[in-house]
Amino acid sequence: MEKLVSIFLFGKKYEVPENLTIMTAMEYAGYQLVRGCGCRNGFCGACATIYRIKGDKELKACLACQTKVEDNMYIATLPFFPLVKQVYDIENIPVTESVMMQLYPEIYACIGCNACTKSCTQGLNVMQYIAYAQRGDFEKCAEESFDCVMCGVCSSRCPAGISHPQVAMLARRINGKYLAPGCGHLEDRVKEIKNGDFNELIEALMQKPIEEMKELYNTREIEK
Amino acid sequence: MYSEKFQKSIAAVEAAREKNIALEPERMTAKQKEDLLAAFHPDYKKDEFAELKIGPNKGEKVPTELAEILQAHSRITADSVDLTKPDYETDVLIIGGGGAGASAAIEANEAGADVMIVTKLRIGDANTMMAEGGIQAADKPNDSPAIHFVDAFGGGHFAAKRELLAKLVCDAPEAIQWLSNLGVEFDKDADGTMVTTHGGGTSRKRMHAAKDYSGAEIMRTLRDEVFNRNIPVIDFTAAIELILDENGNAAGAVLMNMETKELLVAKAKTVIIATGGAGRMHYQGFPTSNHYGATADGLVLGYRVGAKLLYAETLQYHPTGVAYPEQIFGALVTEKVRSLGAKLVNGNGEVFMHPLETRDVAAASIIRECSERENGVDTGSGLGVWLDTPMIEKIGGEGTIEKRIPAMMRMFEKYGIDIRKEPILVYPTLHYQNGGLDITADGMTTNVQNLFVAGEAVGGIHGKNRLMGNSLLDIIVFGRSAGINAAAKAKNVTLGKLTLAHIEKFEKEIESAGINTETVSPKLLPNYTKTKNI
Repeated sequence: MEKLVSIFLFGKKYEVPENLTIMTAMEYAGYQLVRGCGCRNGFCGACATIYRIKGDKELKACLACQTKVEDNMYIATLPFFPLVKQVYDIENIPVTESVMMQLYPEIYACIGCNACTKSCTQGLNVMQYIAYAQRGDFEKCAEESFDCVMCGVCSSRCPAGISHPQVAMLARRINGKYLAPGCGHLEDRVKEIKNGDFNELIEALMQKPIEEMKELYNTREIEK
Repeated sequence: MYSEKFQKSIAAVEAAREKNIALEPERMTAKQKEDLLAAFHPDYKKDEFAELKIGPNKGEKVPTELAEILQAHSRITADSVDLTKPDYETDVLIIGGGGAGASAAIEANEAGADVMIVTKLRIGDANTMMAEGGIQAADKPNDSPAIHFVDAFGGGHFAAKRELLAKLVCDAPEAIQWLSNLGVEFDKDADGTMVTTHGGGTSRKRMHAAKDYSGAEIMRTLRDEVFNRNIPVIDFTAAIELILDENGNAAGAVLMNMETKELLVAKAKTVIIATGGAGRMHYQGFPTSNHYGATADGLVLGYRVGAKLLYAETLQYHPTGVAYPEQIFGALVTEKVRSLGAKLVNGNGEVFMHPLETRDVAAASIIRECSERENGVDTGSGLGVWLDTPMIEKIGGEGTIEKRIPAMMRMFEKYGIDIRKEPILVYPTLHYQNGGLDITADGMTTNVQNLFVAGEAVGGIHGKNRLMGNSLLDIIVFGRSAGINAAAKAKNVTLGKLTLAHIEKFEKEIESAGINTETVSPKLLPNYTKTKNI
């Protein structure tokens, strides 16, 4: 017999097996999820959840699909949080800190409380990546924020009203497009293809009888 | 930390580790692979398939669960909505908010068309988001689109539609360039050279990645761009029936708000189905690595208006789904783990196959190890084999795992398993729908005009098995192309009167074929509730 624990979904008590995640516990209890459920594997950020263990002062945040239930867990899901996403033209933006001042000036109102970092469901150093963004160090901001799933919990805890995931998104796109080194072999290959350099080879493959294709495949050289 | 019952087997894995790292296992011959697949791959289990009795693929066999939803009732009747008063009117209607849908939307917008996305969950709730390992493109000097073609054609059992595959491989480098220009952060060396690795069945190292968040990095960037272009995204709204015009051409869709159940009508000059895969159908009872909404909706929508399916009988079981712990049972362990050097090892510590065989072969090989050969590890809720992740640190140096596959490290860390020091248990998981709607190279279905398809809902690009990294590639290549072509086509479309007459026609076919079913489709979401709800 599996051991049961008591959890409180939006305050209502349910008894569920202790080996379930918060998400599967909700389903066990009878919820047919529409909101607050996406990839179920920790990548999409749909299932941001806030909880408190009874008697514990600390409010915790997690992804419901990645977190096991505990006894006396009080659970509230946060399937949507109104992040501010500023619209911009990636082809025409300044690649300096001024872009942050223009689009997300509230980051300069950060009071350093570190509530964002403490609440991050991915364990990221959120306040640090915001500090990098303030300085216009987009490469470091991109690196530090890379594992962000944009669940929005950090922003829900921020007294300055910062939309951290969107700030990081902007920094990563600037880094990927403008700051990362260009790729010569990629540019060359795109040109060669446009130039038709491979047309004959591909055309030959389009016509080749299956038996010859099999021979070609089964005897092909594999790079070590 | 694993419990006591695993320790004996782990000790065997550890004892053999040095020897196993040095070992270069032989690759299987074509004949060995054929025999293995026939005996152990789920696609070959005849009693799990049913013959379609109606529709454009009548007489063909598909998984039993798919046959049920393809031959099910519509959720509505023709008089449920008023087609003369559409709630939305657009040039291009895109159904689905994953990588293919978002790419199509960006390109259709770029081409000047009026475009909108409808998606039953949120934009980005898609298998794209979960693709970890990478995206293929033949852009290195020792590689070419032709070599890429041969790898994919052979890996797909020589069944791919060649004109689709040629487009896939020839447009691949440009797809990478397009993503780079949007700001996707690919792993590069200091001089800009792409860091590329092998995937199962590749003959050149052409797997590009963004750590092991490759799909997530691509998806969030595409989503950001969709928002920057102010493309309308109608979320939590499912397409439940296509609308045709009186000439039989695609002309929109009936939509349903997933929360309020309100029905809405979207009228469009061209429609793109980009609804993704089917893992949540749990064919043959397999767990899945797919996102919550992967229920083959696009196949159902298309089939009911007469669009043909191709290779719907072939599914991809990813060889390395999580077998333990049970909280993440079926979740994906990226193939990149093997690209980086980890080998598959049975319960006795023996390497039983080359780690980079194609996915179907690897999956069948693991199933054989756990069944006929009885060399699996009992996990308490099933069987599995070891994937010896500590090998990666030994081969690539300490820190390789954290740098290259941080998501994997994090996923297991939550359950007290340090994959840098301990191996992990894996078993095949339902991963990809090889088949789907049949299209021509321009992305339009072969027999319904103005109906385009992109992404996992397409059949034929990969044949009967897909190589790692070719799906992220196909959603970009065929997503972009569907957007461009649907926008161009929309310029010359004059819609006739809208109709849902196909619903009644399909109902009659169900009846005259003697199909006795209460199922309605598309399924939209799986039901995992354990209670008996009303």
